[in-house]
Amino acid sequence: MTNHWIDFKNADIILVMGANPAENHPISMKWIMKARERGAKLIVVDPRFTRTAAKADIYAPMRSGTDIAFLGGMINYILKNNLYFKDYVVNYTNAAFLVNPDFKGPGDLNGVFSGYDEKTRKYDKKTWSYQMDEKGIPKKDPTLKDPHCVFQLLKKHYSRYTIDKVSAITGTPKEKLVEVYKAYASTGKPNRAGTELYAMGWTQHTIGTQNIRAMSIIQLLLGNMGMAGGGINALRGESNVQGSTDHGLLFHILPGYNPVPSASIVDLKTYIEKFTPKTKDPKSVNWWGNRGKYITSYLKAIYGNKATKENDFGYAWLPKLDEGMNASWLVLFDQMFKGKFEGFFAWGQNPACSSANAGKIRKALSRLKWMVNVNLFDNETGSFWKGPDMNPKEIQTEVFQLPCASSVEKGGSITNSGRLAQWREKAIEPIGESKPDSEIMNELYFRVKKLYRKQGGKFPAPILNLTWDYGEKGADGKIKKVDIHRVAKEINGYYLEDIFDRSATPPKQIGKKGSLCTNFVTLQADGTTSCGNWIYSGSYTQKDEKVINMMARRKKTDPTGLGLFPEWAWCWPVNRRILYNRASVDLHGRPWDPKRAVIKWNPIKLNPLTNKPGTWEGDVPDGPAPPMADEKAGKYPFIMRPDGMGAIFGPGLADGPLPEHYEPLECPLQENPMSRKHRINPTVKLFYGITGPHDMPAKGGGLPEDIFINNDSRYPHVATTYRVTEHWQTGVLTRHLPWQMEMMPQQFVEISEELAKEKGIKSGDKVIVSSVRGKVWAIAWVTDRFKPFKVMGTTVHQIGLPWCFGWQYPEDGSSGDSSNLLSPTVGDANTMIPETKAFMVNVEKA
Amino acid sequence: MAKKALLISPELCIGCRGCQTACKAWNQLPAIKTANRGSAENPPDLTPNLYNRIRYVEMPSESNQVRWLFVSQRCMHCDDAGCIKICPAPGALFKTKEGATAYDKDKCIGCKLCVAACPFDVPRYDEKDKISKCHLCSDRIAEGLAPACAKTCPTGAIRYGDRDSLIQMAKKTGYAKVYGETDLNGLGTLYAFKDSPKIYGMDEHPAIPETVVFWHKVLKPLAYLGLGGAVAASLLHYVAFGPKKDEEVK
Repeated sequence: MTNHWIDFKNADIILVMGANPAENHPISMKWIMKARERGAKLIVVDPRFTRTAAKADIYAPMRSGTDIAFLGGMINYILKNNLYFKDYVVNYTNAAFLVNPDFKGPGDLNGVFSGYDEKTRKYDKKTWSYQMDEKGIPKKDPTLKDPHCVFQLLKKHYSRYTIDKVSAITGTPKEKLVEVYKAYASTGKPNRAGTELYAMGWTQHTIGTQNIRAMSIIQLLLGNMGMAGGGINALRGESNVQGSTDHGLLFHILPGYNPVPSASIVDLKTYIEKFTPKTKDPKSVNWWGNRGKYITSYLKAIYGNKATKENDFGYAWLPKLDEGMNASWLVLFDQMFKGKFEGFFAWGQNPACSSANAGKIRKALSRLKWMVNVNLFDNETGSFWKGPDMNPKEIQTEVFQLPCASSVEKGGSITNSGRLAQWREKAIEPIGESKPDSEIMNELYFRVKKLYRKQGGKFPAPILNLTWDYGEKGADGKIKKVDIHRVAKEINGYYLEDIFDRSATPPKQIGKKGSLCTNFVTLQADGTTSCGNWIYSGSYTQKDEKVINMMARRKKTDPTGLGLFPEWAWCWPVNRRILYNRASVDLHGRPWDPKRAVIKWNPIKLNPLTNKPGTWEGDVPDGPAPPMADEKAGKYPFIMRPDGMGAIFGPGLADGPLPEHYEPLECPLQENPMSRKHRINPTVKLFYGITGPHDMPAKGGGLPEDIFINNDSRYPHVATTYRVTEHWQTGVLTRHLPWQMEMMPQQFVEISEELAKEKGIKSGDKVIVSSVRGKVWAIAWVTDRFKPFKVMGTTVHQIGLPWCFGWQYPEDGSSGDSSNLLSPTVGDANTMIPETKAFMVNVEKA
Repeated sequence: MAKKALLISPELCIGCRGCQTACKAWNQLPAIKTANRGSAENPPDLTPNLYNRIRYVEMPSESNQVRWLFVSQRCMHCDDAGCIKICPAPGALFKTKEGATAYDKDKCIGCKLCVAACPFDVPRYDEKDKISKCHLCSDRIAEGLAPACAKTCPTGAIRYGDRDSLIQMAKKTGYAKVYGETDLNGLGTLYAFKDSPKIYGMDEHPAIPETVVFWHKVLKPLAYLGLGGAVAASLLHYVAFGPKKDEEVK
C-alpha cells in the first residue's frame, strides 16, 4: 500500500475493484464505513455482487479479466472532459516528457507497441524512450501539446476506449460506466481524494501488473497519489505477505527489493553499476542511487566478518540466476513435474489446493524423492499421495511432516499491508512437538552446515560463511534457542566502525561502532555498516545506549488527526505512513488540501537537522529537501524514480508502457475487440502452444496438463475464484475449526437465475463444474448476484466458486475439492502470478 | 442503573459473521453439523447451540440487480418479556439489572411455555430440555464488558451501551424511528432500519400472544395456590394453548 488501512477513512471516493474487503479484509470495512459516515462514496466493480457490493453506493458489474478496458474508458473520460488535476500532472508526472518519435502504440500497430518480435514474444524497448536535451535530461513540454509528449500519447491511446467499446467488452451497462467514471473523476480537484483498493482480483491475470498500472495513471491524473485518503492500496491476502515480500520471498528479489543477480553479473561492481539508476537532473533525488550502500550492507549482514573488501564482500557466494531464468511458481512446478527436482519444502503452504491448475501440481509432487511439509495440520499437499486419482503404490515420494507453531505461539514482527511492522509477543507455548519456524530453520541450518563441513560438497562457502548469531551456542556449536530479537537487530543493521558524515566540516560522527543503525540514511557502501534489509533500518534502533524496538511501540496519539498514529509500532521506510507525500503539497509546500494535510512546509520553524529556518511538519516527508519551488535545493516528489516524476508512461514493463486490453488466456471471444490480431497479452510465457491469428491453442502444443481452450462451446461460461470470510486461504486452518465449518461447510458455485433456468439447476442442487483440465462438484447457489453479461452482442454467463476446500479434511470428504483443479497454467507477463481469476468452464447438474 | 441495550444497524453489517463465532467462543457452544443449502446463510435457524445468527436476504433493488441485506437474529430482550411472564418456574427466566433477559438452567423445568410466549420465536431447548438462548452475555456485561458479538463486530453494526444514548445516536445519524424503542415497553435489542421492518423479516408491531397475557394475569396466580410449578405448567399449558401447541414446539 502507498497509504495504510486507517487512511481509508480520509477518502471521498473509495473504489474497490479487484478486491472484496468485506469478505476478505473485514476489519478494513471499519474505516470504509467511517468514510461513508463522513459522506464518502463506496464504488464496487466486480463480476459478482459481493458482500462488499452490498454496502456500495455504486455497484458496477464487469466481466472477469476486462479491467483495463474499464479503466481505459475512465482515462478517456477524464481526459475528454478535462477532469484531471493540471498542476499536479504537469509538475509531478512525466506527462510533459517527450517520447521518441518512433514510438508507436497498439492503435497504430494492430495490437502491439513498437518493437515487438513475434518469434521471441518480447519487446525491444528502444523506442519506449524519451527525447533528451543536451544535458541528458528528458525534454518536456509543460503545455502538454506536443504530439510526442506522454500526455498526448496517452490521449491518443485511450481515445480508442469509448463508452460503447468498453461496455461491449466488459459487459458493464453504459450508464453504470458513466456513473462510476463521473464519481471517481470528481476526485481530480485539490480538495477531493480518491483511493483504490485491490487484491488478487487484479493481480491474478495475464495482465495483472497492467491492471494496477492503469489505476496508477488514473491516480496521477487526478492528483491522488501522496494524499491522505488517496493512493493505490494492495490489500494483502495474509497478515504478513508484505513482510515476506519485503524480506525477499520471491525468486527475483533479495531483501529490500534489491534484484537477485544473474550469472553474467560477475562481481559487486558490475552489480552496482547495472542496478544503480542515474540521473543528470539535479532536482531528482533518485534514491536508488544508494543501491551500492544497501547491497554492500546486506552482504555484511549475511556474511559478517567473512565479507571483506578483498573478497568483494562475499558477492560470489550469493545465489545467481541463469541468464533469462525464471524461477517463479508456475515454472518451479513445471520443472518439478518434469522431474528436475529431488526435494521440496512446502513451508506454510498448500499448493495442492492453492496453486493454479492444482491437478498438475499434485502430479508434480509425485515426481519428487522427498518432500517436507511444514504446517500446523496435515493437508492436501502432505497427503497428496493418498488423494483422489493417486495410487500410493506407484509413488516413491517420501513425505516428512514437521508440525510448526502457530502465530500466537511465537514472538516476532509482522508487517501488514500498510507497511506497518508490529511486534507481537508469544501468548502461549507451542503445543506438543511443534516448533516456531525459526527453530526449525536453526535445526536445518546446523545440520546442513555440519554435513558441508564434514563432506565438503559443491560450493560450501555460502553456507559455511553465513552468519548465524542468533543466540547462545551449545557445546556442539548449535544455537540453543533462537533469540528472535537478534534476527530483528541484524535486519535493522549495525555500525561496524565509527561512521562520519564527511560532507560536514568538520566531519560529524553519525554512528558509533557496535551500535544499531539509526536508519538507512547512515548506511555505507564500504563495508563499515551491516543491514539485513535497508528498508527496515530504523525498526530496532538505539538512542545513546538505550536499545529501542520501534516495532513494539504502542502510543496512541494522532497529532494530525488523520489516523497516522506515528508512535504506534513502526512503518517502513523511516516511519513514513503515506508514501509519495511530497506530492500532497504544491510547489511551495502548501498542502493541496489544507483540511487533510499529510505534510506542510513551515518556512519559519528551525529545521532540527540544519538548524536553519524551514522544516516539514506532519508525516515523515519523502526526503527533507525544501519544496520544489526552491531554486537551489528543491526536489521532485517521486524520489524512487530516477527522473523524480510519477510515471504515466511506464517503459519498464514487459508488455508495454501504457496498459492495453488483452483477453484472458481462456475467454468467450474469438478475437480481441480492441485489436483483432492479438487476443491475449502478446508477451506472456506460454506453457502450451498457440497457433492461428487469434492465439488459439495449438494441437499437441505442450503437456496435456497445461492445455487450454478458447471460444469453445464445451466450456461456454466465464469462471472466477475467490475466498470467503469464513475460511482462510485453502482452509487448512479453518476447515479444522468446527465453528467455521458450521457456517461454510461445502464447496459451492454461484450462478445466475438465467443460467440456472437454462440448465435446470435449483439452489442447493449438486452440480459439476468442469474445465478442460479438471472438474469439481459444488452446491449451486442460484442468485441474482450474478447476472449474464452482454459482451460484443452475445450473452455471456459468468460463475464463481471459492478455493477454500480440499479432499483431505473433513475426512468424510463432505467439503468437496479445490476449485483450482479447474484453473489454467499461465501467468502475468511481468510477475508470473497465475491467472486464476478468469477462465472458461461448464456447469451441469450432477 | 441505566438500562443497557444492543443497537443493530443492518446498513453497517457486512455479513462477516464474526458475531456468530464470537458468541460460540464465549459461550462455549458446540458446532452444529450443517450442509450447504444453496446460500451463505447457515445454520438455517437458531438452535440451543446457536444464540445469534446472520440472515442473508436477497431482494429486488431499484439501482442494482439485487439488494442484499444482512440481519442479526437473536433474543430481543423485551422489557415486557412474554417468556418471563409465562414462566411458571421461579427464577428460571429473569431480568438482570442491565435489562438482559437471562436464565438459570438449573431452575428451568423444561415446560417450553416461553416458546409459545415469545413474539420473536427465540427460546430453544437443549438436549437436557433446558432453555437455551442469547442472554446478552449477562456474565460479561455484569463485569462491565460488552457482549462478545458487539466486541467482535468490526463495523459497529452491533453496538452495546446505555439504551437511551444508543437511541439518541441512531436518531442523530438519520434514523427517525428506532425499531424496538417502545415496542413491548422497549426492546433491549434495538434496530436501526432504513426501510420498513418487514423487509428485514421483523413484525411491524410485535406483541405477546393474548393467551400469555391471560395466563399471566389470571391463571398463573391461581395455579400457584394449589399446585407445584411443573404440574401447574403442564395443566395450564393445556388450558392456555391446547394440547397441540406443545407438539408443534417440539
